[in-house]
Amino acid sequence: MAVLKILVYPDPRLARVSQAVTVFDKELCKFVDDLEATMRAGPGGVGIAASQVDVLQRIVIVDVSSKPKISSHGRLVLVNPQIVVSEGSLVGREGCMSVPDYTGNVVRARTIQVVAQDEFGERQEYLCEGYEARAVQHEIDHLDGLLFLDRLVSRRRDLFRRKT
Amino acid sequence: MKKWFMVTVVGKDRPGIVAHISEALYQGGCQLGEASMMRLGGNFSIMLMVEHDAEAKTLGELLKAPADALGLQLHVDEIEAHLHEHLIPDVSVMVHGADRPGIVAQVTQVLAEAGLNILDLESDVAGTEQEPIYIMHVEGVAAEGIEPLELALDSLVAEGIEVRLTPIDTMIA
Ligand SMILES: [Zn+2]
Repeated sequence: MAVLKILVYPDPRLARVSQAVTVFDKELCKFVDDLEATMRAGPGGVGIAASQVDVLQRIVIVDVSSKPKISSHGRLVLVNPQIVVSEGSLVGREGCMSVPDYTGNVVRARTIQVVAQDEFGERQEYLCEGYEARAVQHEIDHLDGLLFLDRLVSRRRDLFRRKT
Repeated sequence: MKKWFMVTVVGKDRPGIVAHISEALYQGGCQLGEASMMRLGGNFSIMLMVEHDAEAKTLGELLKAPADALGLQLHVDEIEAHLHEHLIPDVSVMVHGADRPGIVAQVTQVLAEAGLNILDLESDVAGTEQEPIYIMHVEGVAAEGIEPLELALDSLVAEGIEVRLTPIDTMIA
């Protein structure tokens, strides 16, 4: 496994739209391993998108299991992910390995249903909530060339709604 | 040698203050760093990091014309400063209640004793002249964890101050 170089904003390559994965082979599995190693090497990183390492394929990895008191699916490899249902909205603080030294508030859907393939091409379906749902949405944005900076809302207002 | 200065500008609010001040700094060859600017009680206030190779006096002279023209008070201090060293807040505290003398001191003292390092504080007096209300939003780092803060805030709630503490769990991905 290798730790890959992460592109850093304002690198214009982060704004490109990634292409669907069509070939599921050994090479893809090796890349997924490298991508995961890169995510885990980052400080506190709970997700990564292939486009962050300059690979324009629709692949993301999310693993929020290191965070206590959060329900999650553990290590999620999402190839060609699609959000088929999204419900509710929640403001939360986000940062990005491609945007050092800045965090900000972003509104995300509270619950999402995601259809994707795994690294072997098998169709998978996940229902994600809260923090995990936020990570998945942040990563899928990367595949569409969007950063959390494109979605910032004010930090100076009370946007932390109670979970009622 | 380049040095950092903190430039403070205060004056009656009117359109164009930020534009004129930043234009004068740009024309004078200054680099801008982090800033906080807002309208407080009908005044506009600027706190701005400025990088320049001159002395504080020179920077003041650079800003004298626009400050005089706009009726602004100006203050320049040389500071020891660094960029790219943001701390990430892990807790947000919202406070509101009837405004009365000492509320800020009381709340912030309780929070400080419970280990809160304030990174950002914004407060307003609102309501009416007869019945002013106080609203404060603090973000900071809970040096001793969230629990002592929650306990400390209970004492404020008992005194009729509405306090809401929310952990900020920053998602980095
Ligand atoms: Zn990111």
